[in-house]
Amino acid sequence: MAVLEILTLPDERLRQVSAPVTTFDDQLRAFIADLEETRLAGPAAVGIAAPQVNVFQRIVIVDVSGRKNTPNHGYRVLINPEIAHWEGFEMAREGCLSVPDYTGNVIRATRIRLTANDPWGQPLEFEMEGYEARAVQHEMDHLDGTLFVDRVVSRRTDLFRRKVYQRAGQDPGQKAGQAAGSA
Amino acid sequence: MLTLVGADRPGIVAGVTQAIFAAGGSLGEASMIRLGGNFAIMLMAAVDGGEVRLREALAPVVARLDLRLHIDLAAGGLHQHLTPNVQVRVTGADRAGIVAEITGALAAVGFNILELDTDVAGDPNRPLYLMNIQGFSDRPIEELEAAVAPIRASGIAVDITAVETLIG
Repeated sequence: MAVLEILTLPDERLRQVSAPVTTFDDQLRAFIADLEETRLAGPAAVGIAAPQVNVFQRIVIVDVSGRKNTPNHGYRVLINPEIAHWEGFEMAREGCLSVPDYTGNVIRATRIRLTANDPWGQPLEFEMEGYEARAVQHEMDHLDGTLFVDRVVSRRTDLFRRKVYQRAGQDPGQKAGQAAGSA
Repeated sequence: MLTLVGADRPGIVAGVTQAIFAAGGSLGEASMIRLGGNFAIMLMAAVDGGEVRLREALAPVVARLDLRLHIDLAAGGLHQHLTPNVQVRVTGADRAGIVAEITGALAAVGFNILELDTDVAGDPNRPLYLMNIQGFSDRPIEELEAAVAPIRASGIAVDITAVETLIG
């Protein structure tokens, strides 16, 4: 077991697309243990992706079970994850182990259906929502070389204000259309 | 800390930042926005020679674009970010005093505003006032709720939510 070095922007290596895992062996599982140890060693991260530690394979870990009142599937290793379906969108603030000292608002789907393999190659399927769905989307972005800074939106967007219009009891339909266009 | 304001037109940011760069300066955090027909720049910059050098360097672009320039010597630097943990959204029929009342109530319980923007929307005859505040508070949300309760009772919608930052 070892805590691995975390790549941070502007390191170009974070921009590459990771390859699918094809061999589910002890070496893979030893790496996953190191990856989890690295996640736990840092500042309260709810997820980590292999490219963040210079390993360009499609492996992420998420665990939002430590957060109160949050639907979750516990500690999950997701290998070759694919989002089969997503719906809804919501803006919330994110940060990243690979972008120290910066946070920003990002739009993510609120519900996803996901397929993946476990560390032994067995197929997994989950329905996730809210915070857990957000964490998975954040980590999966790393597998394609995308970081949350690529998705940060202005705090002054129509989208941000849409909920307010709804709360004010007005028809959000037209605003929602505009917001989706600008997002 | 530089503040520059002038009638909005294309090229203000480019002109200002090129002048600072040409003077050997470097930029830090900035916030810039169009407000009404004006464009407002708030910008941290570091230049050898300080304020005198900066004024010299900016004089041509300030004159050309008819900007007002204000410079404050400010301690600054990287890594002084405070991450907001509370968001306050306000909507209501536009009337004088909304901002003063809300921010007054929040200040009374030690709420630190990090960012605030407001807008007026809706029918010109029945304008709707909107305000978004992101800030930091070490008090429970319930205490903030109690602080704004009297304002809510006056018909202004005030939504206070915890902002949690997902680190991944």
